[in-house]
Amino acid sequence: MHAHNTHVETLAGKIEELTSQSVMQCYQCGKCSAGCPVRNYMEDSPNQVIRYVQLGFDDEALHSSTPWLCASCLTCSSRCPQNFDIAKFMDAVREVALEMEIDVKEKDVKKFHEAFLNQIKKNGKAFEFGMVREYKLKTLNLFQDVELFPEMLLKGKLSLLPHKKKDIKHIKKVFDEIK
Amino acid sequence: MKVGYYPGCSLSGTGKEYDLSIRKVLEKLDVELAELNDWSCCGATSAHATNHFLSIGLSSLNLFQAQKQNLEELFAPCAACYNRMVVAKDELGKGTETAKKISALNNGESTAKVNIINIIQLFEKAGLENISAKTKMNLKGIKAACYYGCLLVRPFSITKFDDAEQPVAMEKIISAVGAEPVDWNYKVECCGGAHSIAHKEIVVDLSKKIIDDAVKHGANVIIVACPMCHSNLDMRQRAMKDTAAIPVLYLSEFVGLALGIDSKELGMNLHFTSTEPILEKVLVKE
Amino acid sequence: MRIGVFVCQCGENIGRTVDCPAVAEAAGRFPGVAYSVEYKYMCSDPGQNLIKNMIKEKNLDAIVVGSCSPHMHEKTFRKAALDAGVNPFLCEIANLREHCSWVHEDIVDATKKAIDLVRIAVEKVKKNTPLTPIRVPVTKRSLVIGGGISGIQAALDIANAGFECVLVEKEPSIGGHMSQLSETFPTLDCSQCILTPRMVEVYQHPKIKLLTYSEVENVEGFIGNFKVTIRKKARSIDESKCTGCGLCVQKCPIKKKAYNEFEENLAHRPAVYVPFPQAVPNIPVIDRTVCTYYQTGKCQMCVKVCGREAIFFEQQDEMITEEVGSIVVATGYKLYSIDKKPEESEIKGYGEYGYGKYKDVIDGLQFERIASASGPTSGEILRPSDNKVPKKIVFIQCVGSRDESKGFSYCSKICCMYTAKHAMLYKHKVHDGEAYVFYMDIRAGGKGYDEFVRRAIEEDHVKYIRGRVSRIYEEDGKYIVRGEDTIAGKPITIDADLVVLATAMIAQPNAVKLAQTIGMSYDKYGFYNEAHPKLRPVEVSTAGVFLAGACQSPKDIPESVAMASAAASKSLVLFGSDFLEREPTVAKVNESVCAGCFYCQKVCAYNAIEKKEIKDRKGNLVKVIAYVNSGLCQGFGTCNAVCPSKSVELIGFNDEQIYAEINAL
Repeated sequence: MHAHNTHVETLAGKIEELTSQSVMQCYQCGKCSAGCPVRNYMEDSPNQVIRYVQLGFDDEALHSSTPWLCASCLTCSSRCPQNFDIAKFMDAVREVALEMEIDVKEKDVKKFHEAFLNQIKKNGKAFEFGMVREYKLKTLNLFQDVELFPEMLLKGKLSLLPHKKKDIKHIKKVFDEIK
Repeated sequence: MKVGYYPGCSLSGTGKEYDLSIRKVLEKLDVELAELNDWSCCGATSAHATNHFLSIGLSSLNLFQAQKQNLEELFAPCAACYNRMVVAKDELGKGTETAKKISALNNGESTAKVNIINIIQLFEKAGLENISAKTKMNLKGIKAACYYGCLLVRPFSITKFDDAEQPVAMEKIISAVGAEPVDWNYKVECCGGAHSIAHKEIVVDLSKKIIDDAVKHGANVIIVACPMCHSNLDMRQRAMKDTAAIPVLYLSEFVGLALGIDSKELGMNLHFTSTEPILEKVLVKE
Repeated sequence: MRIGVFVCQCGENIGRTVDCPAVAEAAGRFPGVAYSVEYKYMCSDPGQNLIKNMIKEKNLDAIVVGSCSPHMHEKTFRKAALDAGVNPFLCEIANLREHCSWVHEDIVDATKKAIDLVRIAVEKVKKNTPLTPIRVPVTKRSLVIGGGISGIQAALDIANAGFECVLVEKEPSIGGHMSQLSETFPTLDCSQCILTPRMVEVYQHPKIKLLTYSEVENVEGFIGNFKVTIRKKARSIDESKCTGCGLCVQKCPIKKKAYNEFEENLAHRPAVYVPFPQAVPNIPVIDRTVCTYYQTGKCQMCVKVCGREAIFFEQQDEMITEEVGSIVVATGYKLYSIDKKPEESEIKGYGEYGYGKYKDVIDGLQFERIASASGPTSGEILRPSDNKVPKKIVFIQCVGSRDESKGFSYCSKICCMYTAKHAMLYKHKVHDGEAYVFYMDIRAGGKGYDEFVRRAIEEDHVKYIRGRVSRIYEEDGKYIVRGEDTIAGKPITIDADLVVLATAMIAQPNAVKLAQTIGMSYDKYGFYNEAHPKLRPVEVSTAGVFLAGACQSPKDIPESVAMASAAASKSLVLFGSDFLEREPTVAKVNESVCAGCFYCQKVCAYNAIEKKEIKDRKGNLVKVIAYVNSGLCQGFGTCNAVCPSKSVELIGFNDEQIYAEINAL
């Protein structure tokens, strides 16, 4: 592990800028990890990821699968004795990883988010069928849940055409801003 | 009473019956819904998980639209939409850098006065006594596990709704229509949320624990207030091994049943797990 | 007038930014200055001798010292002046350090300012008059508030020195929290065995007046001369008749209506009760909120069985006035409860631990009662819900402490130690039991403390897990405790039979009220502030009031006892002389011009303004005017500033003196 020194360039600095909270607020009690519903699927516990950032082990944090497995349930943030918003921290780690084009471990999660956001970008609304189609093509998980599709179609729960927002220009503006 | 309505994307797809039942029930309760004009997606998990600006930016568009329509209250039935909009409103209010950027994109529009409410708050506004008085059916044999999940109650500092750990607001509605809420442990545990597609196994695992705990505590129905939770608990039951089948109802469906609305009109035939066992327990009042 | 000016360099502190020789030189030319000099350390012995010698040699009758803040060395220089025969109030300080050298960088400007400051002081001292300290008599009695181990120790020390002491306790018995404890760390000796002899000693001491079931309502006066009003709450028992036989307690038919506070609500008590068998005094109290007589007028079982006619239903609260010279505040602490708190409260309670709804999730004091031989289980470790022996027990530290979000950011200091003790006691009693402790840090600073914790881990095999617990819920009679071991980096779930929370030590609920009654400052948590964190740790800013024990901050028994003895010795210092000397720089009313508007009374923070009636020779009331109680006056001068008729003079800082200072600029 290699630790960084200058604050601005570090992950800690970037996260502080994005979340308006310092990672040094965390005193490593582990309550976040203790209550995390997805903890058993993670290699690094949430508090370990924070520790990486505290110590400047940025690569470890950016390549950890933990932020991508985080379900954003906010249990950690709501119970943190130091009022550190861990979920917001995880959001920021992902954001920086994407910005730095890190080859993240949890590719499916990343592709899911991309597919989801692409639909919003195009239609202004989430379009489940289009999203799933794009996700499947991206991940080649072609047969996942196919058994559910006929029933969903029959029940009218899966529309084959998107519901579109009429005026899409504001949506475009927001997306343009993050290019 | 007239309330702004933001159905959100799921309610025209997987959460169709949520929309159907809301409209039916509110009609009975004399609540008029004014749908937000040409609304857009709140950004959901995918936006905030990858880009903070995007998440606040997308939700804000709806807040500004509500402002334009002079809506005092905006009802967001989906817990995720509710949460994202409450958070966006909070951030706009704080005037952060993100908020300033968003304001610049929207002709200087910067504040959102509109009060965002979830379905429980809407029923509270409609009045529990009112609901109780209009209850036509006898739900005595029904033991309901009220499931809040994550996004209705967290983060408490922003939602300020009920209690982050031991909420009881939904139970009060269940009691008001004559059913019996059960005391159980998993009412604020996470179902896995948006991992439903990329990590189905996590969702199945987490949702199974929730269902098992509800059953263990004697529930014969689980009540939810979120289309994501509903699809994870209802649709994913098929993938669960050794789990008793239990109907998962939207709060609006349940209240609808109590008010004597036909289950099909409420969309209860659209569930993946049969709702028959609970319909059998809905009796006509003597 | 022949004035001497002494400019101090304070080593480099002043000398670096102020040209001291130039200041001395300029001062020498001021009218009235007969001599001026600069020196490296004026406060040193040679520096003081320089002042003394020059006063004599140059025949000086007033001096100005340009040095550090008068807070630091005014006393030193005044003493030097006095030794050389000059009235100490003819010594003025020009603050060349805090007001000048420390806050400026440019030497030229700083020197200019220093010269100005010295000139101001010179002009002031010209208007000064010799003053003599005020002498106030000392009442050589003490009031101790709180009858826990701190209050007991303070009272005994004062009384054993031969001075009278009034000990006030709000509960029916003295003993405090220490009487509830089972064993004490790190020696594991029995708490009651070491405490009860002291309680008896208090009761039997001829110099101690014990007022239990009593509370301080009002405090007037000042150091050496306090007048205290105490409410002695009605016990509904005539103390002079009661022998403490306990028949009324035995026969009271109300058995289950009230929780036993001493047993931390783990048991019930009758309507008429003695808190615990060794209570001092051993006189019962009737709890009027549950007693049938007070609800319906019927029952009177206690009256029937009492052979001494000691039951006194109509007894009223009694107001007692005591005059004392010092006050020792030893009101102790309370434990944080995890219950849901009102929304406006800054603290929140712990919903993730069930807000207190689980019977077998208890706090540290409850465990003390369970482990205590005199407790509800006679010392057998049984859990409250079903009286079964818990085979797996989990202790959680830092509940409410070090938790900004739900409780308080401070460390409660004693929990690490008592948790180790609890775990050890448990292992000694339940040999096949497993004990787990969730901790964040182990804070075991103290003689034999860390060794004690190591003993729990190494000899008694208590498993310490570094991490906070996120959630507790009940499942099939077990309590599922979800934590994380942050050292192993592994989640840990324990199905415990009993969970003990080491909840924060917090200030007493009425701490702030008492602080306002006495005039003490307190921190944001309600703990009383000491006058100086290093050098005056048992004093408060109000003279004559001293602190002992956990009312100042969380602390353990030996620390509380040490502090109590320190507070007692501070009282004894006061009682060492018959009179107290106080600064004469107090306000004085010009009686001939005072119009009696009493604006001064409204603004005085020390209640020092009284009303005085002026009568003519025949005894007819002419007018009512303000009068300054010089014992209470702190010389703040707000009265002086607000007086519309300019009838108040602040001695030593009168208008003439202040104008002289301003005109010097």
